[in-house]
Amino acid sequence: MPAADLVANVVVSGILTGLVYGLMALGLSVIFGVVRVVNFAHGEMMTVAMYAATALFAALKLDPFLAMLPIAAAFFIFGYVLQAGLINPFITRPEHSQFLLLVAVAIILSNALLMIFGPDAQSVQLDYQLESIEVGPLLVDKARLYAAIAAVAAAGTLYSFFKYSLVGKAIRACADNYLGARVVGLDVRHLYALTFGLGAVCVAIAGCALVLLVDVTPPLGPAYTLLAFVIVIVGGLGSMGGALLGGVLIGVSEALAGLFIVPSAKSMFSFGLLILVLLLRPQGLLGSRT
Amino acid sequence: MSRASISLAVLAAILIALPLFAGNYALSVATLILYFAYTGQAWNVMMGFAGQLSLGHALYVGVGAYAAGALFFHYGIGPWAGLWLAIALCVALGLAIGFLAFRFGISGVYFALLTIAFAEFTRIAFDHFGWTGGPGGMFLRVAQRDTWDIANFRGPPLMYYYAMLALTALALLACRLLLRSKAGYYWQAIRENEEAARSLGIAAFRWKMLAVAISAAMTAVSGVFFAFYYNNLFPEQIFNISRSIEIILGPVIGGVGTLFGPLLGAAVLTLVSNGITDALGALGLEIPGIKQVFYGFVLLAVVMFMPHGIWPPLARKLRL
Repeated sequence: MPAADLVANVVVSGILTGLVYGLMALGLSVIFGVVRVVNFAHGEMMTVAMYAATALFAALKLDPFLAMLPIAAAFFIFGYVLQAGLINPFITRPEHSQFLLLVAVAIILSNALLMIFGPDAQSVQLDYQLESIEVGPLLVDKARLYAAIAAVAAAGTLYSFFKYSLVGKAIRACADNYLGARVVGLDVRHLYALTFGLGAVCVAIAGCALVLLVDVTPPLGPAYTLLAFVIVIVGGLGSMGGALLGGVLIGVSEALAGLFIVPSAKSMFSFGLLILVLLLRPQGLLGSRT
Repeated sequence: MSRASISLAVLAAILIALPLFAGNYALSVATLILYFAYTGQAWNVMMGFAGQLSLGHALYVGVGAYAAGALFFHYGIGPWAGLWLAIALCVALGLAIGFLAFRFGISGVYFALLTIAFAEFTRIAFDHFGWTGGPGGMFLRVAQRDTWDIANFRGPPLMYYYAMLALTALALLACRLLLRSKAGYYWQAIRENEEAARSLGIAAFRWKMLAVAISAAMTAVSGVFFAFYYNNLFPEQIFNISRSIEIILGPVIGGVGTLFGPLLGAAVLTLVSNGITDALGALGLEIPGIKQVFYGFVLLAVVMFMPHGIWPPLARKLRL
């Protein structure tokens, strides 16, 4: 039995990493909640963001927290164009057709990364990655704490945007009632593209934050896609708070599974949790029944 | 004879005679095409006929392969007995997943994600299951390759080719019969509009379960073939989500719900993939990943410009 302060440290680190996972999943959740398309290229977009951060660091010694701004801007444009150009014509097509479209995008993205960066793992090295802050018996990694703060700040900004801004309200109107939104004269296709752009921004920020905590290789994409699925289903597809809660739950359960059982079995718990939630509460922990 | 049956007879004759003028390499490519055609057809029963989107069919390939493979590895029991264990396990798994999903009203994207979750769960479970070798894999004894040992399904590439050809032909025949049976019409009604089908008195739950069971049983056979053809099994490979994606690419590109879509799609994709490899090799472009990027663009183009797959417009053009 591990000591109590070790367990507490692992739980805190799981919560912090989980918030970054949660922001990534929030992107998926927002896109599905509005556009009703499951982004099967989500994890590949995540690895692209992580590579972009390592490349900017290697070339300009740019801290990933600063690199977030240009990468987020580029991802917004990428997401907007992807939705406006490729996905909008598919919103009325059957699910397997949408699935194949995004799988094709995922194959192109992950292999383009392989072509450009090669198969070796990439990372960033900064001094504060090795530093930690003492809070009572806890030792909190600085990088992990900053990453979690960035994730929460980004999620909070997105939440206020949807809650208070006119465009955000218009997007929610599209999500609630597609036909009604068109009747009152909203440009639904433009709003869908904006939504996908915002989902991509979540991925960009989460990717820049995560690259401080883990190395990145091209084949990581599907694992992040699956992770994002698990989180949003557990939290509730389309629920913003649910994505963060799901991220924290998965982050903590993976960290604890790694401590108490074998680390390689940790994602079995995530998938087990996913199966349980799908069966017992398919709308997710914080989702509402439609 | 109609145009369709003449074309089918010609195709069958070409496929049966293929080994006369194809070398071992071409034969292995043809075997791979037939493998994907057959497995794609199995997936098609569930998705194309009954409208239930599975993105975790690697689960049945893997469980089927490990069931027959482990019997052979540990007890020397040949694949003809192992086949029944594989089918029984896969049908039981499929029915369990189907029961849970359909009883709890899970459909569409959620059902698809549930199938992925079960496949991934099983992959990690096999990674920690020592009896089948865990992540280190399980290796079946490779015997002499020049004699036909049908009892143990060991032999030259020719034997595997004909086995796969027979399976594909049987699956095609079975699917044609199924589509024209009561079950087939019920499935299509459920696929198009489940509520309407139920209001007409179709017991959707039972017929969906039948589709899952048939699809799982057919896919289990793919798994047994896989085990004895490749002779090595790794959880990371056989249960990987990319295997599930490979299985559905053929039928989606060829035409979901059509009889010939899976075969056509598997042939087109395998030939395109090999063509890209050859073309890039000739141009001296051997950068890792470049092949898959081209492949991705081909997929993108087909799914954008041929929403129903290649087969329906092709069949119209050929007046079949």
